[in-house]
This record gives sequence, structure tokens and C-alpha cells, in this order.
Amino acid sequence: MSPENYLHLSALLFTIGACGVLLRRNAIVVFMSIELMLNAANLALVTFSRMHGNLDGQIMAFFVMVVAAAEVVVGLAIIVMVYRSRHSASVDDASLMKL
Amino acid sequence: MESLIGLLVAAPLLGAAVLLVGGRRLDRFGHWLATGLAALSFTFAAVLFFDMLGREGADRALSQHLYSWVPVADFQADIAFQLDQLSMTFVLLITSVGTLIHLYSIGYMEHDVRRRRFFAYLNLFLAAMLVLVLADNYLLLYVGWEGVGLASFLLIGFWQHKPSAATAAKKAFVVNRVGDIGLAIAIFLMFSTFGTFAFGPVLGSAEQASEGTLTAIGLMLLLAACGKSAQVPLQSWLGDAMEGPTPVSALIHAATMVTAGVYLVVRSGAIFDGAPDAQTVVVIVGAVTLLFGAIVGCAKDDIKKALAGSTMSQIGYMMLATGLGPIGYVFAIMHLVTHGFFKAGLFLGAGSVMHGMNDEVDMRRYGGLRKYMPVTFVTFGLGYLAIIGFPYLSGFFSKDEIIYAAFAKGGTEGWILGGVTLLGAALTAFYMTRIMLLTFFGEKRWQRDAEGNEPHPHESPKSMTIPMIVLAVGSVGAGFFFNLNHNFVDWLSPVVPTADGDSPISHGMVSVAATVLMLVGVGAAWLQYGRRPVPEVAPTGRWITRAARRDLLQDDFNHAAFVTPGNYLTRGLVYVDHKLVDGVVNGTAAMFGGLSGRLRKTQNGFARSYAASMFGGAAILIAVTLLMRAV
Repeated sequence: MSPENYLHLSALLFTIGACGVLLRRNAIVVFMSIELMLNAANLALVTFSRMHGNLDGQIMAFFVMVVAAAEVVVGLAIIVMVYRSRHSASVDDASLMKL
Repeated sequence: MESLIGLLVAAPLLGAAVLLVGGRRLDRFGHWLATGLAALSFTFAAVLFFDMLGREGADRALSQHLYSWVPVADFQADIAFQLDQLSMTFVLLITSVGTLIHLYSIGYMEHDVRRRRFFAYLNLFLAAMLVLVLADNYLLLYVGWEGVGLASFLLIGFWQHKPSAATAAKKAFVVNRVGDIGLAIAIFLMFSTFGTFAFGPVLGSAEQASEGTLTAIGLMLLLAACGKSAQVPLQSWLGDAMEGPTPVSALIHAATMVTAGVYLVVRSGAIFDGAPDAQTVVVIVGAVTLLFGAIVGCAKDDIKKALAGSTMSQIGYMMLATGLGPIGYVFAIMHLVTHGFFKAGLFLGAGSVMHGMNDEVDMRRYGGLRKYMPVTFVTFGLGYLAIIGFPYLSGFFSKDEIIYAAFAKGGTEGWILGGVTLLGAALTAFYMTRIMLLTFFGEKRWQRDAEGNEPHPHESPKSMTIPMIVLAVGSVGAGFFFNLNHNFVDWLSPVVPTADGDSPISHGMVSVAATVLMLVGVGAAWLQYGRRPVPEVAPTGRWITRAARRDLLQDDFNHAAFVTPGNYLTRGLVYVDHKLVDGVVNGTAAMFGGLSGRLRKTQNGFARSYAASMFGGAAILIAVTLLMRAV
């Protein structure tokens, strides 16, 4: 099977994730969409690693996973705190940071 | 011996510093300290003079290099003094007249609470004036030049509580500034032409420079001289400068500082010799000022302003003589010295009269004072005879030599200049006789002063009369002594170029003509002011009298030519500044303000909108990258 198919899948997953971030209001879903984009990027990295025959992409993917795990910890904590204070997980409700 | 030159300057400078810093505890004896230091300076000058007499002509010059002020590559500015016969003449005049006027001021300023400060300024003036005449380069001369300007400003405005005095001081300062710019430019030109501004190299190599350069330097030096010496067109400050205390008028605005311009031109003789055009301008300035000052002097009722007109006129004589070149230099200096004596004496006499008359200055309110102030009358009278050129007194010798030199210029110019100087002699006799008759002769026209006090004219104290007597002796004898065996010419000839002119008329005829015209002037004044009583309120007079009372419209001219256009210019510039410059600046600010107001709307606080712009931006970047790669 040609490795390009993996790249197509990666692009598809990234697009789905991007649409999720842009279109959904629920913070949890937005968060999940971000995870989807990160993993799409990981898939692309691993595929390129395979295509080029060296391990750089795979190592990079590990880094992304670690950062994503850390991000999940912080991000979920923020979402929980926002929900507690505002009784809503909608990203549009928290539109206070404007002039 | 050389080290005395520095001390000559240091003594009055020390006096000024001590008196200004010392504060009120010096009030009791500060004036004696200042006078003592001035006398000390005079003593040094006398010692140096006799030492100089002991050597032969060419070896007489001394120099003292104190230190290098600004040594930068080719630019060498030194604090160095040079004492040759020309400087020596000035040093003796400055220190002797200066000491006498210090002495006089002790009596004159007795009741002034700020007397210590006055003496500090007088000492400062002496130091600056000595630097001016002792400097061995133009930059140090400039230091002295500015120093005397400062002292002059401080002393004219000494009674600063009077708005007129404060204004007069400011006017003198501003008008002098115009001249000072000339001196600065002259120094710049010298440095760019000769690479130095020390007297020796500049004057020694003046012949090698082009005539155009020399003319430019000469005209700039003349501008400087016009400012300091109150010559047309920068003459307007001198009359107002009479707001200062009378000793100041005598020392600074008659005997010494105002002659600095003549010194500058004579010192720079080598430059003017190579620039005939500049010389012609000097002569014209001198001739115009000579008549200008004399006409103003004829019309003023204020005794000091009449004398100020006379000062301008006499300096015009000197300026004219310097413009004649080597045939006139020596006589310009000779007239300068004799004028220093008799004009200082006349001013001190005027001060003595004012002292006795409750500070009244209007001569129409004097009259008949000769019985009440005999010493003042006699000394003033001797000064009067000297200035009008009464035979065998000072003015007779020095002025006749200038008239003779003017004729010796040759050709039509010679006749014109000779005629102007002779006319000036007649006018001098007229205005001086007028002052004499109005003040000391005729009926009493005294009036109560503003507080209603009757004037009780009385002779002034000894400290005031002694300087007047000494100066009167100088006025009588100086000319005769200078002329004896050509003393003065021989004394100056090693440093100042001299030449015998080829005059169409002889010395004797000049003397006779000058004397006759002098008698005509005296007679005319007697007919006008001696034969019949003088009205206490000045009659309206003809147009020329009215113009002369207003200083021949000098202020009106300056106002119309400079002040009004200047005002319009500033108003125009302010308008342009407000509308154009501020318009551009404010417009730019408004544009960015409007833009940012629009841009701000993208900051709406919705996280998803930010995310969308991030995606959009990233997409555009990637698209551009791909396109670039495709190309």
C-alpha cells in the first residue's frame, strides 16, 4: 500500500479537527478536535519518517505526544475551572478578553 | 617682566571674583578693594611701560604664553598675551582712566545699596578690556570682546528697577550681538584661509590671500567694530546706554569700550591694506557716523545723550582715520587717547552736575551753575576746549591731524572727506558750546524734582573732583605732549604702519580752517543759546531738529526695517507651523487613530474567531510558500 494514502488520511483528519475547532462551541469538543489535529500531524510525521527511511519524524511524533499530554492536563483543568465559575463550557460565553 | 602681563589682567579679575562671591561682609570696604586693584593694575602697566621705554623700538614687544586652551590637531587656541606699543597705549589708557573712574565712583555711588556689586562689575570690565587689547590672537580677543559686552550690559542695566535701564541694557546687548556675529565670521574666515587666528601669522601672511577673502574678512571685522563702537548702522544702542550710572558712561561708553572697534581695525591693518574696498566702506561708515553723531548731539536736551552723540561723532573721526590706511592709523589712536581723557572728563563733569542737581539730566533745567560748582566748571570747561579743538589743547592736535590725513587721501575723495571732517569740527564746536552755555551760563532754570525738593547745587566731594582734575590736565596736555618731537608717531611706528600723505593743502591751512570753523560753531551756538534766554520747554523746531531729537529716526528705521518685518515673519512662521507642520503631524496621528479603531473590531474576544484568523493566516502562508516553490 502506498504511503501517500496515510498522508491523505492525515489531511482528512486535520481538516475534520480544524472544522471542529472553528465550528463547535463546546470547549470539550473543541479540545478533542485539537487532539485530532495533533494526531493527524503525528500520522503525517510517522508517514514521512517511513518514506524517507530515517527516524526523525517518529522522534518528533513522540515529542508531540508528550506535549499533547501536558496540554490535556492544563487544558482540561482550565475547562473545569471555567465551567465551575460560569456554569457553561461554551467558548463563546467566555468572550471577556476584548477591548 | 613678561609675567607682569598676566598679573595686569589678574588683579581686576580677582577683584571682580572676590566682590561677587564675597557677599555683604565686603560692603564696607569692597569699593576700596576694587579701586586698589585697579590702581595695582595701573602700577603694573606703568612698570611695564618704563621697562618698555628702556628697550629699542623693534624689541619692545613682550609676549606671555599662559597655556594652550584648545589644542586639537591643527586647531591651536592659546591663552597668550602680547604687549606691544599699541597694546601698551591702550593698557595705560584703560588702567589710568579706569582707576580714576573707580575713585570717582566711590563718591558717586555712595548712597547706592548695591555699590559693592557695581565695583565688581567695573573690575570685571577692566579685566575683560585688558584681555581684549592684550590678546595675541583673535579668539582670545573675542573672549575679551564678549567680556566687555557682558560688563557693559550689566552696568547699563545696573539700575534694573527702572524699566528704561533694563530695556536699554537689553538693546545694547542685542545690537552688539549683531556685531559680534561679524567678528565670529571673520575669525572663521581667517581660520579657513590661514589655518590659524594668531595675530602674527594671520597679519604676516595677509598679502598672500586673495583680495576677495580679505575684503570679506575686513567687512566682517568692520561689522564687529560698528557694533562695539556704535557706528552707523549699529549706532542705536549708545544713546540709550546713558541709562547706566554716569561713571559707566564715562569709562565704558566714552573712553574705552566703544573705542575697541577702532583698536580692532588698526590691529587688523594688514588685512585692510589688502582690501581697498573694505577700507572705503570703513571711511564711509566713519564719515556718516561723524555727521550723524554730531547732528544728534546738537539737538539732545539730555546732557548725557548729547555727550553720547558727541562720542559717536568722535569715534566716527577715528574710524574715518583708520579707513585712510597708514596715513591715518596713528592719528586714529592718538585721537582715541586724547578723546579718552577729555570725554571721560566731560562725562564725569556731567555726573558731578547731575549729582548736585538731584539727578536732573535735562540741560534746559540747569543754567548758571558756574558759580555753584567752580571745580566742575573749570574741569568741564577745559575738556570742552580740548574737544572743540581750541589751539594747543589735546583735540586741536589729534583732530587736525585727522583732518589733514583726510585731505591727504587725495583726489575728489580727499576733498570730500576733508570737507566732512571740517564740517564735523564746526558741529562739534556748536553742540559742545550749547552744552556749556545751557549748563553753566545764563539764568537759573532749576526746577523741583519729582518729590518736590529744591535743587541745592554744590561742589562734589574730593573723590569725585580729583579724577576730574587729573583728566582735565590730561585733556589739556596730552595732545601737546604727543605732538612734541612726534612722540606719539615715533612710539607707535614700529607696530603700526605709518605713511606721509600728499595733501593738497598744508598743515597750517588745515589748522587755520579748523580753528575758523570752530569759532563759527561757537559763535552760532552763542547766538542761539548765549545771547538770548533759553526757553525751559524745548520749542518744536524745524523738521531736522525734530528728527535729530529722535536720533535721526534710527529707532523708527530699525523698527520699520527689522522689528515689523520680523514680527510678520514670526507670525507667518507660527501660522505655517500651526497649519502645515502641525497639520501633517496631527493628520498622521488621526489616520493611524482611525485605522486602529477599525482594526480593533477584530479583537472581539471570541476564541473561535481568533482561531479562524490563525487558520486563515497559516493557510495563506502555506499557499504563498507553495506558489513560490512552483515559480
